[in-house]
Amino acid sequence: MTLNIEQFLIVGALLFCLGLAVALSKRNAIGVLMGVEIMLNAVNLTLITFSRFGESARPITGPTFVVFVITVAAAEAAVALALAVSVYRNRDTVDVDRLNFLKS
Amino acid sequence: MEGFGVVLSFWVLAAVTLVSAGGVMVSRNLFHAVLFLITTFVGIAGFFVLLSADFIAMAQVIIYVGAIAVLVLFAILLTPHAGRDNGETRMLLPALLLSTCLGAVFIFVIVDADWRTISESPSVGVRELGSALLGTWALPFEIASVLLTAALVGAIMLVRSPEEEAEDALV
Repeated sequence: MTLNIEQFLIVGALLFCLGLAVALSKRNAIGVLMGVEIMLNAVNLTLITFSRFGESARPITGPTFVVFVITVAAAEAAVALALAVSVYRNRDTVDVDRLNFLKS
Repeated sequence: MEGFGVVLSFWVLAAVTLVSAGGVMVSRNLFHAVLFLITTFVGIAGFFVLLSADFIAMAQVIIYVGAIAVLVLFAILLTPHAGRDNGETRMLLPALLLSTCLGAVFIFVIVDADWRTISESPSVGVRELGSALLGTWALPFEIASVLLTAALVGAIMLVRSPEEEAEDALV
């Protein structure tokens, strides 16, 4: 029994697709954000997989990029959840179907 | 990668991660969805350990499980009347269709491609990661710190209540 790059990449791809489905279909804004976090995690898994298995002169670049992705994901989560709380204060809802104040 | 233990832990981790990511999709209660999300994060951390990226696994546990999950829980607590409902919009069917098609394309490409892989793990320890972050990628590293500060200030500004802003305007 051996593990190849394909198995890890398929897990990453399936996780990305699940996250995409969550992000596109959830009604609660916080649920949408959870889908985005799953997608970012799937991308991190794919990056680490390539850095472990891929033929490269500089295998450290993958983990470095993952560190930046985690940093940006943390910043994004903080601002997005603050936005959700702020919208909730003004509209009493975080239902993305009912957040249509840009519609004239 | 060979060995019974490694293969077994891969399949267990894959099952845990994918099932709990599916649980985020199907659970009706938003709190349960967050708990499933935490399990997904822990499973991904296990994958990082399996791929011999120890530092990234630790960072994953500390930042995702420790910080982002707690942040999501607090956001749910701060939006009480919005309900714990984790329902779908009308776009459920198109979303499922799109993600299924995308997954099919991904899997076809992954299986079909001729990956040039190496068998043994390259040495990417914390030392190499640190010297890469502070050597080659020093400028992006500093920009990331500015981004984190901006996000911190922005988040605090966004969640301030109107009364606090009025008090600050008087001073």
